[in-house]
Amino acid sequence: MPGLQDASSQDSGTYNYAYLDEQTKRMIRRAILKAVAVPGYQVPFGGREMPLPYGWGTGGIQVTAAIIGRDDILKVIDQGADDTTNAVSIRRFFAKVAGVATTTRTEVATVIQTRHRVPETPLKEGQILVLQVPIPEPLRMLEPRETETRTLHALSEYGVMQVSLYENIARYGRISKAYNYPVLVNGRYMMSPSPIPKFDNPKLDRNPALQLYGAGREKRIYAVPPHTPVKSLDFDDHPFEIEAWSECCALCGSKQSFLDEMIVDDNGKRLFICSDTDYCQERQQTRQKGES
Amino acid sequence: MTALPILSARSVTKHFGSRVACRGVNFDLWPGEVLGIVGESGSGKTTLLNCLAGRLLPDEGSVTYGTASMGAVDVHSLSEARRRRLARTEWGFVNQDARDGLRMAVSAGGNIGERLMAVGARNYGAIRRTASDWLSRVEIDLDRLDDQPLTYSGGMRQRLQIARNLVSNPRLVFMDEPTGGLDVSVQARILDLLRGLVDRMHLSAVLVTHDLGVARLLTHRLMVMQGGAVVEHGLTDQVLDDPQHAYTQMLVASILPV
Repeated sequence: MPGLQDASSQDSGTYNYAYLDEQTKRMIRRAILKAVAVPGYQVPFGGREMPLPYGWGTGGIQVTAAIIGRDDILKVIDQGADDTTNAVSIRRFFAKVAGVATTTRTEVATVIQTRHRVPETPLKEGQILVLQVPIPEPLRMLEPRETETRTLHALSEYGVMQVSLYENIARYGRISKAYNYPVLVNGRYMMSPSPIPKFDNPKLDRNPALQLYGAGREKRIYAVPPHTPVKSLDFDDHPFEIEAWSECCALCGSKQSFLDEMIVDDNGKRLFICSDTDYCQERQQTRQKGES
Repeated sequence: MTALPILSARSVTKHFGSRVACRGVNFDLWPGEVLGIVGESGSGKTTLLNCLAGRLLPDEGSVTYGTASMGAVDVHSLSEARRRRLARTEWGFVNQDARDGLRMAVSAGGNIGERLMAVGARNYGAIRRTASDWLSRVEIDLDRLDDQPLTYSGGMRQRLQIARNLVSNPRLVFMDEPTGGLDVSVQARILDLLRGLVDRMHLSAVLVTHDLGVARLLTHRLMVMQGGAVVEHGLTDQVLDDPQHAYTQMLVASILPV
């Protein structure tokens, strides 16, 4: 068993495989199994301190550490980008403590840890998406009492969430909530999809990959198993809509991806580019190949 | 109409430690009837109301509610899910302080619409129409529909709370001092409104008050409580015009003449 070998490696003064000790990983795996068995339900777990601050992905990194094996290929993104500090650090961390191969390419990765985005490239069966979650409780801003939110989940009383959307329309004429848009998983549990833009919500629905959500500060894990229905809340006469841009990506020309707006000079010149850097580069390369 | 009472209490008793809050309360409430509970502060009125509405578990006795579809049920042996469902569909609860019964940071329309959305209403336009309808029924200007109750006066908040409770067409409403803490003219308006609504919607209600004037106007029958026990029980006019118990006589005599 790899677990036994890893335990012995601790004696030689190095980190255990994937940083966490085996008992902790077992505890997290049990939480993950329960989360997968009850889609959308927040399973409490004994979160450990990790060598990075809360809010930087302590939940996601613990989930990744618990599931990553030697044959896995890891991709880490932050706001869609592979090259930001946080993404680079976490990727290096696992290359060091688990010795796994890392990549920036979505299609070859087996484990993708992400913050704030779901990759544009469709995920496949066998891939695992690990999302970092700051506030796992979707009802937190509406009902501050934890005991009460648990009761609301237990009895699936979610009228209050609908009230918050009603308020949005009454105030702004449309559902203005743009990220962390509440979803109902498998027709049962209300779930916070972490602060992904609502643009990504349709990708959660019946996704062939396994989605794991880890909240380090609040010590909760929840999951959406492959092919599980995930419905974004809405009204009959104000259906759920995703963002749309009149521009296309300035680098790859994509009209289908989530665009970031950038100001490129002191005169306020604007540029829109894909937030998913891997997707954008892939498209640029295929375009160059086509031209040459 | 059914021959069953809509709510019946049998020897309902509640202690807080060694203190007795209410003791051996029995009554039957019939459909369309308004029962008043009067008594001084600390006589156990609100505790009794909370026991009846399933918010507190009595130490002894039982409360039976005659549901619209499923016959009589014991309020306290229902599952929490069923009880909460009852509480937001077939029941209403009007608090003395509107702050406890409203979402203060949510617009009036959202407050009224919450019960509808809780039972699955998903059409914004329809919810809004119902909310406007109810806002006008409780005599609040329609241009206040999107304002938060924070910006409302005390009387308007109380009327909004009534609308929020009645929107689901409940059969039974619990009211805890609905006009307490409001000035007299506002009180009169709310009483008038309540009397009209109770009559038109054929509501049954249990009303707790320390104001005998309110009891006279709204209730058909009256229970007088002292020290947790019911000391007198009868038709409102009978109890107020011909009080039998010494405490009731004192209560009636202490109404200030104008």
